[in-house]
Amino acid sequence: MIRIENLHKKFGKNQVLSDLGLDIKGGGIFAVLGPNGSGKTTLIKSILGMVVPNKGSISVLDKSIKKNWKYRQEIDYLPQIANFPGNLKVKELIRMIKDLRQKESKEDELIKTFGLETFLDKKLGTLSGGTKQKVNLVLTFMFDSPLIILDEPTTGLDPASLIKLKELILQEKGKGKTILITTHIMQFVEEMADEIVYLLEGDIYFKGSIQQLMANTQQTDFEHAIAAISIQTTDA
Amino acid sequence: MPLRLYQSRRQMLKILKYSFYDLMRSRWSYVYFLFYLALGFVLLFLNNDLSKAVITLMNVIIVLVPLISTIFGVMYFYNSKEFTELLLAQPLKRTSIFLGQYLGVAGSLTMSLVLGLGLPFVLYGLFKSDAIWDFSLLLITGAFLTLIFTALAFNIAISNENKIKGFGYAVLLWLFLAVIYDGLFLLSLIVFEEYPLDSFSLAATMFNPIDLSRTLILLKLDISALLGYTGAIFKSFFGTNLGLMISISMLVLWTILPIWRLAYKSKRKDF
Repeated sequence: MIRIENLHKKFGKNQVLSDLGLDIKGGGIFAVLGPNGSGKTTLIKSILGMVVPNKGSISVLDKSIKKNWKYRQEIDYLPQIANFPGNLKVKELIRMIKDLRQKESKEDELIKTFGLETFLDKKLGTLSGGTKQKVNLVLTFMFDSPLIILDEPTTGLDPASLIKLKELILQEKGKGKTILITTHIMQFVEEMADEIVYLLEGDIYFKGSIQQLMANTQQTDFEHAIAAISIQTTDA
Repeated sequence: MPLRLYQSRRQMLKILKYSFYDLMRSRWSYVYFLFYLALGFVLLFLNNDLSKAVITLMNVIIVLVPLISTIFGVMYFYNSKEFTELLLAQPLKRTSIFLGQYLGVAGSLTMSLVLGLGLPFVLYGLFKSDAIWDFSLLLITGAFLTLIFTALAFNIAISNENKIKGFGYAVLLWLFLAVIYDGLFLLSLIVFEEYPLDSFSLAATMFNPIDLSRTLILLKLDISALLGYTGAIFKSFFGTNLGLMISISMLVLWTILPIWRLAYKSKRKDF
């Protein structure tokens, strides 16, 4: 599904990704974790082609993404902060994205799920953070793509919407899709993730299941296990 | 690959459409349009003469169009950052995104200019007048200046993450080409008085789209003797038709080069 080989990325003098290699076979939920500034978003943006790597290769669905844009047809991406053009109406934004992607979509169902019917004629600039995030979710999940990338999907959501989001993610997983999630909420990871990819200083520090992680760090609690990795490395 | 080319062109037109609509909805397009509308009416009313109005208009357009295009271009680029990021995650070619946005901005500015000035002149009886060619040339030059300076503004904005810096450079660019350049040019003519300066001044004019536009219009209006050294040289060197052709090709080059660099830069930028 996704194969990354010795990926390097520098922003100015700041080496964000160094010799990162990752192979995601496909099917299931992968949580991309790591402390702030460990390169999670850069990794995701590299996969999406928004960040151009200095070195290394990335292929999605067995095709190199270099000088390629069509592969994004197979990816649904939820950006971290839902900042949309302010003077566009919700309805217009949805129509625009549909027009640009030219793909079958199921936005009506999702609008109902998140209760956005009354917001359709409102301008995006006037929406609250949580509502924007719901619009963001609709835009992401309305297409049927084999790869879904969610950057901090829980931001700003109320508990009821959070439950709906989880259901939605599990539903998509049931269809055999690959779902990449970054988040800082460990409870969410523990509940949802099949596998964990832990980034540290621009490289993959750990990749495996939650059980493996707890065994490795000799912790019984997931949150502590995650904390333990960070501490181990700062000691080292 | 013709199919790929077709696809990316269709994508670009879509982006153009959305940027254009977005701008048409913003207040500034109307302000810009109404400004030219008012300017056109006032000039015609005061001058009571189409040809004279065209000359006055030229002096305004040559300074103002670059300024507005530069500021508007930079502002639009920074303000549509979110829109751009949304588009980048979609299956779209990068060059389609940026060229589409650029053409949307330049297109709406050109439309405000052409409609704003065109309306009063048409109402005044432009089609029955001899000034129609001079006036059309004025609008064409105005359109070129819009295309050139919007492209330059996009170039500055894409190379500068910092908004304040970007704005600063954009204003400096305008100031340099509209004011300082002419000053330096005149200064050099005085300093090197003793030497033959014909080819130098010719080249110097080519390298400034504002001077170039001015020369172009003056040659057409056939009053080059009235307004300065540049026009006179152009006239004696080329005769009117060749001068016109060379000036227009230079304007085309001035448009294509920044657009090319914009496409080049857009492929390599991180978001």
